[in-house]
Amino acid sequence: MLSTLEAGRCESMGTLLDVKDLKTRFHTPEGTVYAVNGISFHVKEGETLAVVGESGCGKSVSMLSILQLILVPPGEIAGGQALYRGVDLLKKSESEMEAIRGQEVAMIFQDPMTSLNPVLSIGRQISETLRTHKGMDQKEANRRTIELLEMVGISDPAHRLGDYPHQFSGGMRQRVMIAIALACNPSLLIADEPTTALDVTIQAQIVELVTKIRDQVHMAVIWITHDLGVVAGIADRVMVMYAGFIVEEASVVELYENPCHPYTSALLGALPRVDRRRDHRLKSIPGAPPSLLVEPHGCPFSARCEVVIDRCKTDNPLLTPVGQDHHNIACWVDINTGAPR
Amino acid sequence: MNGSPPLVIVDNLTKHFPVTRGIIIQRKVGAVRAVDGISFTIDQGETLGLVGESGCGKTTAGRTLLGLYPATAGTVTIDGHNIRSAKGREMLLIRRIAQMIFQDPYASLNPRWTVHSIISEPLRVHHLFKTEAERVERVQELMGLVGLSGRLINRFPHEFSGGQRQRIGVARALASDPRFIVCDEPISALDVSIQAQVVNLLEDLQDRFGLTYLFIAHDLSMVRHICDRVAVMYLGLMAELADRNELYEHPLHPYTIALLSAVPVPDPRKDRARRRIILAGDVPSPINPPSGCRFHPRCPLADQQCSDEVPEWRLAAPSHWVACHKV
Repeated sequence: MLSTLEAGRCESMGTLLDVKDLKTRFHTPEGTVYAVNGISFHVKEGETLAVVGESGCGKSVSMLSILQLILVPPGEIAGGQALYRGVDLLKKSESEMEAIRGQEVAMIFQDPMTSLNPVLSIGRQISETLRTHKGMDQKEANRRTIELLEMVGISDPAHRLGDYPHQFSGGMRQRVMIAIALACNPSLLIADEPTTALDVTIQAQIVELVTKIRDQVHMAVIWITHDLGVVAGIADRVMVMYAGFIVEEASVVELYENPCHPYTSALLGALPRVDRRRDHRLKSIPGAPPSLLVEPHGCPFSARCEVVIDRCKTDNPLLTPVGQDHHNIACWVDINTGAPR
Repeated sequence: MNGSPPLVIVDNLTKHFPVTRGIIIQRKVGAVRAVDGISFTIDQGETLGLVGESGCGKTTAGRTLLGLYPATAGTVTIDGHNIRSAKGREMLLIRRIAQMIFQDPYASLNPRWTVHSIISEPLRVHHLFKTEAERVERVQELMGLVGLSGRLINRFPHEFSGGQRQRIGVARALASDPRFIVCDEPISALDVSIQAQVVNLLEDLQDRFGLTYLFIAHDLSMVRHICDRVAVMYLGLMAELADRNELYEHPLHPYTIALLSAVPVPDPRKDRARRRIILAGDVPSPINPPSGCRFHPRCPLADQQCSDEVPEWRLAAPSHWVACHKV
């Protein structure tokens, strides 16, 4: 697997999803929530992009926006494009989106209990997808369902078709969710914190399963998480979000070995390591993320930043390249010297 | 840690929850053997980590230890007081010196109470200050200790963020001058950048007041950082107990080895080069636990002896306890 790290596994691949200047807001009784503030990124075919950030940073909302899965109103996609194979998903009607979701782009969620229907059998929930999207008859759908359950590692699948979600453990439910997501061979899988609710040994099982299937069927993956440990193991590229902005993006090795944004660097410093003896106190980031109810003004991290300069408080830095290898950061300051860039 | 006797002594602690059938005439048909006989000690000023997967009984162990659940069998001694036989005044004293910090900073604070009422409740229960003015002063002092402004004393929990709420929970636990605090997953509901703040706070308070912690968690990286010794539980029983570096560098129990190998490391080169032991299946049900060693159905080393005989909890190396036939 190490060789894939160096070679840039997906260098020559075509762009699958290209998001430009996406803005999402929510109009609530308390005021407008500026959830996503003009983010641009892309995913290549077969590539794994990790989206990292703390709660409320906009990582889930931005992906839900792309699939038009946010509730309008109170939500509003205030601008931008999401080009999937060159076609803007944000301009699609609901019925066109229904064909894309599941067939082209599939999504799995954090809580496998609430995303499965508790009163329908597992077999029915998977075969329904196949009958709707692929027009299969019940017999064919059942055969494919058994195949899918086998692929995600559920033993004796033929006998478990009639089981209900409550008869499955958390890890097995997440496997069922993955089976549903994979039913129509999507080109892009969006995984929204799929292992956060699971124990570490089950997390390892699910990570292994997704990477195995990804490589088998050459599927692109967007992995949304707050866990920088999991990201290190699966991602090709990483994008760090803060308060609705992308603050840094780089290849996975570059990001961990040479973090250039003060937030990324602080986040890595705040992590204890299971593989090292304790040598210092954890570096904590003072304060808390800013309120999203205020229209962003200046760099969103400036209030908690160690190397803040005057300009940070008034101008919001744009994502610009540092070094090579498509390493971009949104920061006015050179983190190593503390001087303006 | 030093010559003095351990502050907390747990011997064969057992907690079974009955499983009943029938609505009007309830019959006991079995028991959830959440904690099935665990023994350990915690020294004065020490932090003992208790780790394991969900359902292994670590939270039940923490609660039974403090008498929040009545124990089914075994003894717990905190600072010389046996909590299973204590009554009246002695129980009140134990409640004062042993406190708890809960996992969920949203559910563990009464939403209708102000910060002042929440933090001063232990003061009122234990009659620690005579006048309201003295209590207000003490609450403000406690808020200062945990990094909250005393001006926020009349606010309600919903006006605080998750990290700040956890600080309120810490202040409440500190109010009665405890010696021993059970921290039940105190940081797992918090964001990474906030976790470090709370962990550093707990360490500062320990240095300042000589506190003893039982730190229950599933985050093995954080446990290595904060704990002096670490105990690993599996399905209601202890699997392994050792000093932190000994446990993380020379784990003996196959479960500990698998658990540690599954923890991701925030370093792409290192993480991908690691050999990961993927355990098959899930933790079995504690209602009907496997015979012999409870880990044997998932254990890569298991043989006939493991499914027949319960392994003994024994010293395998100096201060390194393990329960495994294969060590």
